[in-house]
Amino acid sequence: MASLWSNLRFRGLLYQVLVVGAVVALGGWLVHNTLVNLAARGIATGLGFLGREAGFDISESVIAFSPSDTYARALLVGLLNTLVVSGLGIVSATVLGTLIGVARLSGNWLVGRLSTVYIESIRNVPLLLQLFVWYGVVTSLPVARLALHPLPGVFLSNRGLVIPGLDWSQGWLPILDIPHLAGFNFVGGLTLSPEFAALLAGLTVYTAAFIAEIVRAGILAVPKGQTEAALSLGLSRGQILRLVILPQALRVIVPPLTSQYLNIAKNSPLAIAIGYPDLVAVSNTAINQTGQAVEGVALVMVVFLGISLALSALMNWYNKRVALVTR
Amino acid sequence: MIMQDPPIVELNGVNKWYGDFHVLKDIGLEVARGEKVVVCGPSGSGKSTMIRCINRLEEHQSGCIVVDGVELGDDLKAIEAIRRRVGMVFQSFNLFPHLTVLENLTLAPIRVAGMTPAEAADTAMALLERVRIPDQAAKYPGQLSGGQQQRVAIARALCLKPKVMLFDEPTSALDPEMVGEVLDVMTALASEGMTMICVTHEMAFARAVADTMVFMDEGRVVEVAKPALFFDHPANERTRRFLGKIIGH
Amino acid sequence: MSRPLSWAKANLFGSPASSLLTVLTLALLWQVVPPLVDWALIGASWGAGDPERCRAAGGACWTLLTERHRLMLFGVYPYDQHWRPALAVALFIALLAISANRRCWKPWLGGAWALAVMIFAALMWGGVLGLAPVETSQWGGLPLTLVIAVLAIAVAFPFSILLALGRRSGLPAIRAVSVGYIELVRGVPLVSVLFMASVMFPLFLPEGMTIDKVLRALVGMTLFTAAYLAEAVRGGLQAIPRGQFEAADALGLGYWRSMRLIILPQALRLVIPPIVNQFITCFKDTSLVTIVGLYDLLAASKAALNDPAWRPYFVEGYLAAALVYFCFCFFMSRYSQWLERDLRQGNR
Repeated sequence: MASLWSNLRFRGLLYQVLVVGAVVALGGWLVHNTLVNLAARGIATGLGFLGREAGFDISESVIAFSPSDTYARALLVGLLNTLVVSGLGIVSATVLGTLIGVARLSGNWLVGRLSTVYIESIRNVPLLLQLFVWYGVVTSLPVARLALHPLPGVFLSNRGLVIPGLDWSQGWLPILDIPHLAGFNFVGGLTLSPEFAALLAGLTVYTAAFIAEIVRAGILAVPKGQTEAALSLGLSRGQILRLVILPQALRVIVPPLTSQYLNIAKNSPLAIAIGYPDLVAVSNTAINQTGQAVEGVALVMVVFLGISLALSALMNWYNKRVALVTR
Repeated sequence: MIMQDPPIVELNGVNKWYGDFHVLKDIGLEVARGEKVVVCGPSGSGKSTMIRCINRLEEHQSGCIVVDGVELGDDLKAIEAIRRRVGMVFQSFNLFPHLTVLENLTLAPIRVAGMTPAEAADTAMALLERVRIPDQAAKYPGQLSGGQQQRVAIARALCLKPKVMLFDEPTSALDPEMVGEVLDVMTALASEGMTMICVTHEMAFARAVADTMVFMDEGRVVEVAKPALFFDHPANERTRRFLGKIIGH
Repeated sequence: MSRPLSWAKANLFGSPASSLLTVLTLALLWQVVPPLVDWALIGASWGAGDPERCRAAGGACWTLLTERHRLMLFGVYPYDQHWRPALAVALFIALLAISANRRCWKPWLGGAWALAVMIFAALMWGGVLGLAPVETSQWGGLPLTLVIAVLAIAVAFPFSILLALGRRSGLPAIRAVSVGYIELVRGVPLVSVLFMASVMFPLFLPEGMTIDKVLRALVGMTLFTAAYLAEAVRGGLQAIPRGQFEAADALGLGYWRSMRLIILPQALRLVIPPIVNQFITCFKDTSLVTIVGLYDLLAASKAALNDPAWRPYFVEGYLAAALVYFCFCFFMSRYSQWLERDLRQGNR
């Protein structure tokens, strides 16, 4: 026994068996307790509930939904809402963050200072608090009749943000659909609900502060000699940025940028605090109605893991391409 | 030479692969107690890998390695026993930067050999005297020159009173003006009767100190000879070419 | 040309584009700053009073803070006992300040923190030394935020070291378990983890066993933080040259001793700045316990604005809460940056 214990391979095997055994035992114990508890409370298990009628309405949806649809469709609506807000958030945060990051590096003292103030004050305050403020601001806007009208066709009111949209229903050429006030509400155009607008604003503004720092660090990582070499070739400032600095900076920028994109997706469930029906919010309603917390939470986790894996796979592919091109 | 004692280090038919790459091919080597062996060969010939197998920093896949009567295998007790009897000096010193010189030296005696701190400190100071830097005991490795660091590393390896010392290119990472001080310490050590296996390109040192020269190429031991014979009348063509290159400049 | 003028020429009007940018920014500031000053200072309502007073003043309603700051800072903790959470918070802040000093990085600091947590618990819970007992359901505000953030990091830390070592282990099953845990947790939103903690933990436990709501949130935060900390620690482990592992092996130290004596002391030194950053994140993330119904600083601030008469002044309320978060996070992030430079320079 003693010599077996001192055998390298045996000991390695033993450690592994012990750890895996402990994990399996813990998992089994939790599953057992859960099953007992669920049985005691008369809660069903399994994914059968997905096929049943949801019975609740969802305030906004990109696909048709009514309370008589199934839980599965309700969750799909939630997922699509999550994807929409994350996708738009990624685009707008990248644009805003890049602008601020470049502004911070600009030779202009005033602009640089303002960018620093922005970054420091946004980064150091919890996103959820910022969301509450955004939601408060959006909902305390004037009623539709007295809506703010900053640009032609754009209305800001406590009903949300209304912007011109494209109408494809009149044949193959889209018609610009400019919203106008009719009675107490707007007709035509695209309406972003207050919840959606607040969430998008919050995610954009918050993440942009982090992206700005990433962009700045990426640009600073390009050696100064590169700019000097490009200047000596007679390239203009704009050309240098576009042709010399950015392609090199991107290699440094892309990996941390990926994790910021993931953060947008993972922060989007904060929607629940302001009532935007994203995946987590919908699944919580489902959990409250059916009691099937395990399945609901597990589904959400699986979906987010899927999003994470997909995004990092995409970024890895991009990263590889960038690395090859510049080497 | 007539050997009454069994060899202290014995490698027999040792093979090692990194994936598909066959690094060590059928290595056989015997080192007698007190013998000084210098291993040389072109880079990538497997000489570092070979001596790193002797204290199991690398695992060999077949063949047998016996150190001081203990066979090296999967048995942890055997590995521990061998590591206590075998001291090692690395190319890049590998001193522990967060510990003082003295702490570097007393760590293993206290933790592995179970000495009291006072005893360990006495041994350590004696060793620092031997490598001629007793006044640096309280400093951190980063505050020393490369040559001093390597001498500390030699002292550290001697702390467990090893029966065999392995040197893995101990002077390759040093500035040229510091090579001498390290070789002096090694020569002194050799004259005290320590069994030594050195991988090095310092041919003058080899000629002066070695009892046996080993030439390796492409994972094989190509030639084993006395230094006089080895340097003046190398038997193998590859040895001749290698020596021509290395002594030529 | 005088110094300020030449400075302005270089830094504000360096090129036509820069000049344009300066002019546009100044115009924007001119639009924004005077009304802001008017709102925040000139037209603001100061001192005690009721919402009516704010409406009359027309500007910022700092009266809200005078009236409601205790609710915001301490939540629904019994009003006449507020000195206890105040003292508990002061204790934590003092200890944070002491911990920032590198000369205090001695073993006794760990003991001091353990003691501080015990004093904190005694103060908040009561039931000892003649203090009236207070249920955790009545805890709230800044002390709750602080204790969750501090304990989550403290408990997650040893766990994260094991995870990081596991991820770098040569044993495939142990590596798989560590990687699985780390990647699973990092792929999932904190909100989900907190929901799991609050909804599912009661199901996980044997029948009849209940688990305190604050403890549930704390366990959720800890499990979540551990995965991120483990990645920070792994970064430190990867930065240690292979030669250190080999030298330790050659001395016959064995795995655990070489980790404890050689590798971790060096690796953990490297990861102190990332750990401080993780603490900042954790501190901000603590606000998410609001969603599972705990009254941390954010939720307490929100609750303070629940009164319809005060609700129009939500900006002032949230600004104040934001300022508290900002002070903690800003100083800690500055500290972490300084520390990183200092450790790099002082690296012997």
